Amino acid sequence: MTELFLGVDVGSVSTNIVMINNKNELLEKKYVRTMGNPIKVLTKAMKEIGNKYNDNQIKGVGTTGSGRNLANIILGADIIKNEITAHAIAGINFTPEVRTILEIGGQDSKIILIENGIITDFAMNTVCAAGTGSFLDRQSQRLGIEIQEFGDLAIKSDNPVRIAGRCAVFAESDMIHKQQLGHNQEDIINGLCEALVRNYLNNLAKSKKINKTILFQGGVAANKGIRKAFEKYLGEEIHIPEYYDVMGSIGAAILAKEKFKKTKTTNFRGFDATNVEYKVRGFECNDCPNMCEVVEIIADDKILARWQDKCGKYSNYINSDDNLA
Amino acid sequence: MKITFPHMGNVYIAAKGLLEDLDREVVLPPPITKKTLDLGTKYTPESICMPLKINIGNYIESIEKGADTVLITGSCGPCRFGFYASMEKKLLKELGYDVNFISFDPPEGNPKKLLNEVIKATGTNNYFKIMKAGIRAKKLLYATDELLDYSNYKRAVTIHKNKVDKIMDEFYSRIEKTKGIDEMNSLIRSSYNKLKLIKENKKDNLKIGIIGEIYTIIEPFVNLNIEKKLGYMDVIVDKALTPSKWVSHHLGIGQIGISEEKKKWKKARPYLKALVGGHGRETVGSAVIYAEEKYDGLIQILPFNCMPEVVAESILPSVQRDHNIPIMTLIVDEMTGEGGYQTRIEAFIDLVKKRKESQNDRIIFRG
Repeated sequence: MTELFLGVDVGSVSTNIVMINNKNELLEKKYVRTMGNPIKVLTKAMKEIGNKYNDNQIKGVGTTGSGRNLANIILGADIIKNEITAHAIAGINFTPEVRTILEIGGQDSKIILIENGIITDFAMNTVCAAGTGSFLDRQSQRLGIEIQEFGDLAIKSDNPVRIAGRCAVFAESDMIHKQQLGHNQEDIINGLCEALVRNYLNNLAKSKKINKTILFQGGVAANKGIRKAFEKYLGEEIHIPEYYDVMGSIGAAILAKEKFKKTKTTNFRGFDATNVEYKVRGFECNDCPNMCEVVEIIADDKILARWQDKCGKYSNYINSDDNLA
Repeated sequence: MKITFPHMGNVYIAAKGLLEDLDREVVLPPPITKKTLDLGTKYTPESICMPLKINIGNYIESIEKGADTVLITGSCGPCRFGFYASMEKKLLKELGYDVNFISFDPPEGNPKKLLNEVIKATGTNNYFKIMKAGIRAKKLLYATDELLDYSNYKRAVTIHKNKVDKIMDEFYSRIEKTKGIDEMNSLIRSSYNKLKLIKENKKDNLKIGIIGEIYTIIEPFVNLNIEKKLGYMDVIVDKALTPSKWVSHHLGIGQIGISEEKKKWKKARPYLKALVGGHGRETVGSAVIYAEEKYDGLIQILPFNCMPEVVAESILPSVQRDHNIPIMTLIVDEMTGEGGYQTRIEAFIDLVKKRKESQNDRIIFRG
């Protein structure tokens, strides 16, 4: 029987699930929009996969993304990894000679530098959304075009309009000015792509040496305009892996596979676990002025986990290995 | 007279002990919470650095608890901390709080003014008494720092991390009700002994040095409990700046030229010869020293738009390259969402761990 491994990446914009075998071949790939409801999206996608496979084929589960702990509670993960490491593992697996990974997701963007298959440096932006997918999403809406067409339109232009890319708010007003001056849409879109890339390189890649081979991962890699802009500014060829949009979950699956090699067991709660109805309840703790908004997950009237309390009063109660008062 | 002062890591313990030994009544500001930050951001200029915002929050909360005198220390470093005392005075006055101010500004040719302020704060002009209490308070400060460092170490090397948390939580809740240096010392000793009993069962821990701006390094609310987070990842941490180190530089051997601070300046020389304000030069020097001491990685923490640390930040990549040590910078601000920080810290520890493993592999190969 083949050994299968699940990788789950619960991100802010999309939730991705992949299944690989022990040769790291991709058997299943799901890319769904999170739509602010990760639990529903995740259980639905898992049910669809559960129809084709049975529980004891699954030998390991890895979770990543900003919702990695949530995914762990629902699925029972063997490894919970941050998305930076997960992206790097996947990139190295498909392209062993990779030196630089550019990753642009929905809410954050990252740069990862690699030497001899080991991460040597990384940077991640969260303070500013100017260099992320959400910004492009928003601007394409404003211009009234589908985000899928965005890249194709951009590469039609030879004459990008210069748009300030430092800040999303400035970029937007700058763009409107240029639009009102009568520049054509392709040039504006191309200008936006270049602004985003400039922002990325100035903010994240500053003082970092970008060596080839360069990989471009994350949902935004589908945008040809951004790829072209990167190639223009870096003067190097940019490679886009085949499964660029689910690299994080592939990384998580690979890590789960490696864990299984050592432990030979899995925490996977089975596909049936996705049939349970999960309820999330939030309450404000008023014991101190921090007023933490504690979140708890309930299934079958049992509290599975609590988090978000600064003092650990609620989360320790569930997770502690020894009894706390 | 009911004296209060801003929070800064553990300093409140020694300050409280000192004043209480001199028979002054102390009103401790409540522990820093979101409310403190909200008050601070509401009443301070938007672009000022974060420590001032929290100071103002502390004062307001203390005044609500009954404090009528605010004790502020000045500084000579050319960074915005230099005008904290005057600015805070002005802000509180504008807000309509009728309180007294005592500020310990550096003497700068007018030692009499500082002495007058000291007499106002301590309520006595018996210098011998003040000196004696000062020395005892300094020892208390060292002991508190030692306890904190020891708890961080223990958290990293044990699997019973909850027990460490529990002992420290209890310590912090009891210290507020303890009066005077003697009682405080005995509480520290008993907590230390409790920590000692916890079994150590992890070896080959990673060692990470924390460098950067002093307030953000030592105030756990501001740095999102980084020491605890790293402890839970089995990482041993060392801070480049602690209240003890600061005191020993400014009120001790620092003045005669053999202190740690002077050593840091020397190490920073190839990169930064001049004073850039705050602890910018020290941050660069500490990074070099940690690298030479074979630490596995460094984390720099600074409040958003802290000028001296921004200078240091732009120099650190050169230190990273020359000394072959990973360095990550975390900028803290009013954000209380911890997700992004957690991700970056986890990824950084992964990086450092993998790097160490591969270095060890290479050594074995050669051997």
